[in-house]
Amino acid sequence: MELSNDVYIIGAGETKFGELWDKSLRDLAVEAGLEAIKDANIYSKDLQMLYASNSLAGTINEQSNIAALAADFSGIAENHVPAVRVEASTASGGAAVREAYLAIKSGEYDVVMVGGVEKMTDIYGTEIIDVQSSILDREWESFNGATPAAMAAIAARRYMHDFNVEREAISMVAVNDHANASLNPDAQYRNKITVDQVLNSDPVAEPLNVFDCSPITDGASAIILASEGFVKKNRIDGVRILSSAMAEDYLALHSRKSIYTLESTKIATEEALKKAGIKREDVSFLELNDSYSIYGLLELEDMGFAEKGKAKDLVYDDIKLNGRLPVNPSGGLKAKGNPLGATGVSQFFEAYLQLKGKAGQRQVKDARYALLHNMAGTGATSVVHVVGE
Amino acid sequence: MGQLSRFWRESEHRYRLLGSKCGNCGTVYFPPREVCPTCHRDSIGKMKDIELSGDGVIESFTVVHEAPPRFSRQRPYILALIKTEEGPMLTGQIVDADPDEVEIGKKVHAVFRRMGEDGESGVIVYGYKFVLD
Repeated sequence: MELSNDVYIIGAGETKFGELWDKSLRDLAVEAGLEAIKDANIYSKDLQMLYASNSLAGTINEQSNIAALAADFSGIAENHVPAVRVEASTASGGAAVREAYLAIKSGEYDVVMVGGVEKMTDIYGTEIIDVQSSILDREWESFNGATPAAMAAIAARRYMHDFNVEREAISMVAVNDHANASLNPDAQYRNKITVDQVLNSDPVAEPLNVFDCSPITDGASAIILASEGFVKKNRIDGVRILSSAMAEDYLALHSRKSIYTLESTKIATEEALKKAGIKREDVSFLELNDSYSIYGLLELEDMGFAEKGKAKDLVYDDIKLNGRLPVNPSGGLKAKGNPLGATGVSQFFEAYLQLKGKAGQRQVKDARYALLHNMAGTGATSVVHVVGE
Repeated sequence: MGQLSRFWRESEHRYRLLGSKCGNCGTVYFPPREVCPTCHRDSIGKMKDIELSGDGVIESFTVVHEAPPRFSRQRPYILALIKTEEGPMLTGQIVDADPDEVEIGKKVHAVFRRMGEDGESGVIVYGYKFVLD
């Protein structure tokens, strides 16, 4: 086995995102996985390794050992393909792709599947808020009543206070997501929304309203990665992963140097761009981890596309599908949906379609390089990839 | 799900705001740490307990409307980041105040309050919340 220099995405699949009452965790994982295998034009016996990305199935579905479950019901148990779950909270998807990328880079494998899945509607009511709050520091944040939305709101209030940013600018991130999702048949919400609708929706954690928050989503995404050798040998026209970077920060928001600076995002982005050898102006579009609208602005700033406090200058026009810097052509976490463990993998699904020119109505013109950003909690973990030609 | 051991383990930190101070660089931490993120191994064995005064300033806050079941009867409640007099920031609720009275930069101090109970007939858990000065 030769050392692989480059890693390619050769197939991708995903389920519809939404409240999928009639589908189970395993149904979703298998559906996305089989679609990816079919798309890659390989056989499941060709897989040498499976990375399963999932965040909360142990609590929500009372099912651990997700990787074995996914492998079994994908029909590859007979082949004894190794499988492992990657968990990095809401950045699990990005982290799983990174593990697969490193495994191929190392020369250990030629063909690897990454499957992300989350089945969030198996518990109902406000219980899910408690489970989601476990992605924060349970003992020193959630114990006191902190939720992911509350921490995003705390960052938003101080950010608006320090930089005189109007509430409307924050809403625009959600408005943009819905506009793009209206063109994505897999998206959870395909309705367009207005700034007024965001401002007048029910409060979740002031100043953030329900239309500022990503929804509870069921869904799965899968991609097949292959080595340069495999791609050349089989003459496959894949999409290249140019670079992968990951960084951590303090878990609790209160321990950070700044409550509205995502240091892990800053570091991972810088490293991903440097390793890929591209500049920010080369980026054709971004997929951002905007689980709460405020993060869309903070991420644009910390990824270096605007100075601190200035992302408001981008969110009205530039981030639109036909703008200077399209953000979330998929519909983003707010409107495509946010099935935690699947979210990061689904960004690669979108990038794969876009870079192959197969994104239909939401196709970004002349798409060459995508910058994908997956984040956990309030910024404790960030994973950034560059995907392109 | 019973969580008594966890609450018991943290009671002195929650009752007395007991944090830690690095014997090498002097930085104060809350919640307590075994190792100083600045001094690393130079701080091992030198982290000392320090009791915070409970005085602080509101760094930012939110009014929480959508809450987990344990907090549903408190809704809406005010959750804030408090910058303590000694340096560290912590997350806690602001109580006995109307949301309209709460502002970034206002002074607060810690109070000892009931936080919840371990199940319906379980042990009552106490800790810190904050009130406006």
